Amino acid sequence: MNAIRHHFAPLQRLLHWLMAICILAMLFIGVGMVSTIMPKYVPLVSIHKTLGTVIFVLALIRLVTRFYYGAPPLPVDLPEPMKLAAELSHYALYALMIGMPLLGWAMLSASAYPAELYGGIYLPALLPQSDSLHTLLWNAHFYLAFAFFALILMHAAAALFHALVRHDGVFAAMAPVPIREEATQVEYRVAE
Amino acid sequence: MPEPRPSPAHSVLGSIVLIGVVVAGSAAAFAYTAGWLSPERLTPWKMLQALAPPSGPALGHRRNHAKGICFTGVFESNGSGAAISRASVLAAGQYPALGRFNLGTPNPDAADASVRVRGMGLRITPPNGEEWRTAMINAPVFAASTPEGFHELLLAAGSKDTNAMKVFARAHPEFATFGAWARNGPWTGSYAEDHFNGLNAFIFTDSSGADHAVRWSLLPQAQIIPVAQDDLEKLGADFLKQEITQRVRSGPQRWTMAVTVANPSDPTADPTKAWPEDRRTIDVGTLVVQRIEAEADGPCRDINFDPTVLPPGIRTSDDPFPAARSSVYAKSYDLRTAEAKDYPRIPTGPKP
Repeated sequence: MNAIRHHFAPLQRLLHWLMAICILAMLFIGVGMVSTIMPKYVPLVSIHKTLGTVIFVLALIRLVTRFYYGAPPLPVDLPEPMKLAAELSHYALYALMIGMPLLGWAMLSASAYPAELYGGIYLPALLPQSDSLHTLLWNAHFYLAFAFFALILMHAAAALFHALVRHDGVFAAMAPVPIREEATQVEYRVAE
Repeated sequence: MPEPRPSPAHSVLGSIVLIGVVVAGSAAAFAYTAGWLSPERLTPWKMLQALAPPSGPALGHRRNHAKGICFTGVFESNGSGAAISRASVLAAGQYPALGRFNLGTPNPDAADASVRVRGMGLRITPPNGEEWRTAMINAPVFAASTPEGFHELLLAAGSKDTNAMKVFARAHPEFATFGAWARNGPWTGSYAEDHFNGLNAFIFTDSSGADHAVRWSLLPQAQIIPVAQDDLEKLGADFLKQEITQRVRSGPQRWTMAVTVANPSDPTADPTKAWPEDRRTIDVGTLVVQRIEAEADGPCRDINFDPTVLPPGIRTSDDPFPAARSSVYAKSYDLRTAEAKDYPRIPTGPKP
């Protein structure tokens, strides 16, 4: 590819929005299930384990597409602190997308719990049972979930800021459908 | 690169307000889901608070059924259960079993004769990675119809108001059967002579895909010798641990696992209601307890006998308790494993 791309590849955008739905659902299910003793607790835990596995697999695919396709450059006039924040937050988001399912899986192993997914699929144990590891992993999984949600809120706020205030094409680069914005329409024709 | 288009000031302000609303709304939805805006929600934490004695929970121990002793052995499945469940654990064969005899008290130092409810946690592991975990008690029915009712019972039982239990019993007539058993039911001098009843209803699915609502019990094969509670009080505080350790050392102890199949009209969502005696009951196998080990460094210590850990072919029914127990047991497990230093892994009880 010679020309600078202004949009993520369609596969990247599909993965982004699919995972956005999965991860938000995952975080809400997570905080919801640990606060309830209602019958829905059982299906919620089952979905949480299964969806976590799906997110882990999608995150790995996404990492490969990121290496393969890269990302469009940020606008040249974006202030350095915002550029840095954008880059660091993306590293953190990737780390959490891949790390959280692993922490959850390891946490189950460390508490001698079978990692059973929907449909009677069993994942092997990652670790032997261990009180201290379980406590460490549980704390990491719990507190990082809130950090993850906070990061997603910041990410969404920044995306909307680009879309509504700066109109600089950053949001359009990952938009689920092409946005009819003068600034990006030309790029779209070129890209296609 | 597209050029940023400057926005008029009023539109910028509107956009920033909109962004603020989106972020705050999302955060509020998250907080609501987490229960932070619903102080009335019955959380696992509240259930544990209601279980704890006034002096606080015994750190490092299970929050209920805190006093116990580990056992290992085998489950000899005779294959009869395969007619109503495709679970591999019910196919004929011998599968490793790990369990825990326990007393229904939050106090790990309670005197054995002072505790009415005795229990057994059991985990059976067929070779394919599946697991069947269950936690049963010696009562013939449960004390409450719903987890909310059980929470009220705990509050009443722990209340300083001497009338609280009377008020509870009047408001919850379903408590009467359990209450009568607690007052007048027989006592035994050994875990080996106790019945252990699952009480909750589960669904077995057979190989044709048909569902069967069931409850299961472990029936002792040892001869049952009723003993008056007064006589048990003359024994040491840990007589049950000492007795079962001695007895298993002299020979394995056995229980028959009986699975009772509900008729379509039988209540499955209410463990205070026993099913009629004439229901079809299938003896699916025998639990053989071969070895007793102290809990502190024993194999059952770090196992959560979560009744929703079930193999394919067994699943939860509309009985609300297994889900509630799973949620509360998990919280108890998270707490006690974090407190492991308060419960040293040094055996203090009788040597096996």
